[in-house]
Amino acid sequence: MTTPSPASKASASGAPASGRDAYLVRGASLCGGERADLLIEDGRIAEVGAIAAPAGAAVVDADGLIALPGLVDVHTHLREPGREDAETVETGSRAAALGGYTAVHAMANSMPVADTAGVVEQVHRLGRRAGWVDVRPVGAVTVGLAGERLAEIGAMAGSAAQVRMFSDDGICVHDPVLMRRALEYVKAFDGVVAQHAQEPRLTAGAQMNEGVVSAMLGLPGWPAVAEESIIARDVLLAQHVGSRLHVCHVSTAGSVEIIRWAKSRGIAVTAEVTPHHLWLTDELVRGYDPVFKVNPPLRTQEDVDALRTALADGTIDVVGTDHAPHPSEHKECEWAQAAMGMTGLETALSVVQHTMVESGLMDWRRVAEAMSVRPAGIGRLEDQGRPLAAGEPANLVFVDPAARWTVDPAKQATKGRNSPFAGRELPGRVVATFFRGHPTVLDGALNAPHPSAAVMAQ
Amino acid sequence: MKHLLSTRDLTPGDAIEILDTAEEMAAVNDREVRKLPALRGRTVVNLFFEDSTRTRISFEAAAKRLSADVINFAAKGSSVSKGESLKDTAQTLEAIGADAVVIRHSAAGAPHRLAMTDWIQAAVVNAGDGTHEHPTQALLDAFTLRRHLARVSGIASAGTDLAGARVVIVGDILHSRVARSNVWLLTTLGAHVTLVAPPTLLPIGVEHWPCEVSYDLDAALGEAPDAVMMLRVQAERMNASYFPSTAEYSRLWGLGDERFERFGTPAFKDTVILHPGPMVRGLEISSTAADSDRSQVLRQVANGVSVRMAVLYLLMSAKESTR
Repeated sequence: MTTPSPASKASASGAPASGRDAYLVRGASLCGGERADLLIEDGRIAEVGAIAAPAGAAVVDADGLIALPGLVDVHTHLREPGREDAETVETGSRAAALGGYTAVHAMANSMPVADTAGVVEQVHRLGRRAGWVDVRPVGAVTVGLAGERLAEIGAMAGSAAQVRMFSDDGICVHDPVLMRRALEYVKAFDGVVAQHAQEPRLTAGAQMNEGVVSAMLGLPGWPAVAEESIIARDVLLAQHVGSRLHVCHVSTAGSVEIIRWAKSRGIAVTAEVTPHHLWLTDELVRGYDPVFKVNPPLRTQEDVDALRTALADGTIDVVGTDHAPHPSEHKECEWAQAAMGMTGLETALSVVQHTMVESGLMDWRRVAEAMSVRPAGIGRLEDQGRPLAAGEPANLVFVDPAARWTVDPAKQATKGRNSPFAGRELPGRVVATFFRGHPTVLDGALNAPHPSAAVMAQ
Repeated sequence: MKHLLSTRDLTPGDAIEILDTAEEMAAVNDREVRKLPALRGRTVVNLFFEDSTRTRISFEAAAKRLSADVINFAAKGSSVSKGESLKDTAQTLEAIGADAVVIRHSAAGAPHRLAMTDWIQAAVVNAGDGTHEHPTQALLDAFTLRRHLARVSGIASAGTDLAGARVVIVGDILHSRVARSNVWLLTTLGAHVTLVAPPTLLPIGVEHWPCEVSYDLDAALGEAPDAVMMLRVQAERMNASYFPSTAEYSRLWGLGDERFERFGTPAFKDTVILHPGPMVRGLEISSTAADSDRSQVLRQVANGVSVRMAVLYLLMSAKESTR
C-alpha cells in the first residue's frame, strides 16, 4: 500500500499547493521492472531516474507500486446520448479513471446512434468536458447500425472527434458485400473496422453458449461457429482488400485458431478479449442470474484457457472491457428478458492481474502492451500508450499489485451495478491515475478532472 | 424441500417420498368426498404467464382438494401485459399472502429466479418454464409408470423405484421441458431412458445426458420397452427446417398404425404409451394408438392431480414446520 506523503495529501484537492502543475512520483517499478522516480510536469514526463524533489512539486510515494502507461480501452459503452439512466460520459469516464484508464473508445450504439459527425462530436465534447480520460468516439459502420448502407465515415473521420475506429458493435456487419466495402472505404482515413462477429441467423434468439449447459438449462444456444464463421470470412476479406480489421471480444478457442492462422499469413487483423471471457464460464449460468448474461456469451473452460494462451502469446492483441452498464431493472428479471452485458472498467486490470499475471502467463510489460500500447495503436491515439520516458505525455497509472479488495458494485463509480465479479476478492488496486499530467485518481479515489474540463464547461 | 424447480435436484429418496405421498392422495381421490383439510387457511397462487388450461386446472384441483384457497393469476389481461415486472408481480402476490406460487412461464429459469432471489418467501413450484423443465409432469409420468410396473408384477407400488424399467421418449427433445424433467427423474429412479428424435430436434450436448440417444425409432422399439412416451411435435417446426414435412416426420418418428401393430406381439404385451398432451393426432401418434388400451393418457391426467397434491402438501407442510 502507498503511504502518501503530506505533500500528496495536500494535493488531494486538485492541484499542488504551490499552484505548480508538478508531481514527483517516487520509487515506482516501471512496468514491473526497474524502480525509478518520475517527475511529471506540464502534462509530460519531465524526467525519469533518481530525482530530488523540486520546489513546489507534490510528492507521491510509489514504493511497491508498478507504473504503467495509462490504460486504453478499445471497447466501452458510455450509453450517452440516449441511455443516461444506464451511464453517462461523466460517470463512465470516472469509472475509467478509477480503473486506471486514460482513454476509452465509446461504442456507437447510443441513441441516436453515433453515425454522423454531429453525434461523435457531441460525445467527444462531453468527454472533454468531463475531463477524466480521453473519450474517443467510435463511429457506426452503417446508418443506424441497420447493416444496410454505410454511415458517413469520412465526415466522422474528419470531424473534431477524429474517429478512426468504426463499429456496429452489438450487431454484426453480416452482409459480406457491405463488410467488404466498409473495410475498403476506411482505408482512405487510416481507419479500422471493429467487427462484432456474430452470424445473425445462427444466433436468432440465442441466450447463452450452446453446449452442455444450455442443453440442460433449455436456453437457446449461441454456437461458437456463429462467431468463428464470421471471423474466418472477415480475415479473408481483409486480406483481399488489404485493410485493417479488428475483431471485438473474441470468445472461442476456434476463433483463436483462425486469428492465429490469419496473422501467420500476414493479414492485418487485431483481436480483443474481455476480462470476463478470460475468467468466467457458462457454468455460472446455471443459477439463471442475468448478471452473467453477456454477448458473446460466457463460454467453456477450454475456451477460457485458449483465450489466456492467445493473449499471452500475442495472437490476441488487446484486452477490451466491453464495459456495458445496465439499469438494475434490466437485470432483475427473467434470463430471457434481461439485457446482455457486464460492467468492466473498474475491475479489468485486477482481473488481468489475476488471470494472466498471477497465473504466470504474462509479465507487467506485456500487460502494458495489451492494455495500453496496442489499444492506442489500433485506435491511432498518438498521445496514449507511450513509453515511460522523459518527454512523453504523462498518461500513467500506478498499481499496487499486493493489494486485495472485494468487488462491491454499489461502491463503483459506474452507474451499472451489473458486475459479474461482485463479491469476489481481486488482486491489485489502482492507486493513482495521471491523465495528461494531472492526477484524476489519488490514493485510490477520484481526485479531480483535468483542469481543461472546467475551461470546456464555460 | 422448500421449492420444486427441477427434477435434477431430487434424490431417489425425495422422489419416492413424493410418489408415495401421491399414492395416499390418490386414495383420497377415489373416495366419495375428495377433500382433505391439510392446507386449510393456506393460499396457493397459480401464476400462469403462459396459457395452459390443462396444467392450471390440475394444480387448481390439487390445491382445492387439500382445502387451500386458490388464486388464479393469468398474466394476459393483467398488469403484466402493461409491463409489470416478474419481481413486482411476485411481490404483489406475496403481499396478498401467497404461501405457495405455482408458476408457468415461457422463460427458462423464471421459477428459479423467484425461488433464489429475495423477492418473495413463498414456496415455488415450477409448472413448466420455457424449454427447461416441467417437474410435476415427470413426477406424474413416473407415478403412472410405477403403478403400471407394479400391476404387471402383482405388487404394491408404494416404496418402489423404477429400477430396470426401459423407457423410450420420442419427439422434439430440443424444445421439450417434459423430456428434460423425465430424463433426470426416470434415471434417478433407476430407469433406462432412450431418446429418439431427428438430429435437428436433439440439443447439442445431449451426449452428456444419462441416457441413450437414437435417430431410429424402430431400432429403439426393437427391445420392447416398458413404456413409449410420445412428445408433441409442433407442425410449425417444419417451417424452420427441423424436418422436411409432417408426412416424413410421421413416417420416421411417429407412432402410426403400422408401427403400433408391433404392440400386438408378445414382446410388447406390457408396453404402455404415455403422452403429456395435448396430442397432435396423425402427426406423432395415430388415433388407433392414442385410443388403444395401451394408452395411459387419461390415467396420466388423473394421476397429475394426485402428484400435485403431494407436491403442494410436502412443500407447504414442510414450510409450516420450519416457521
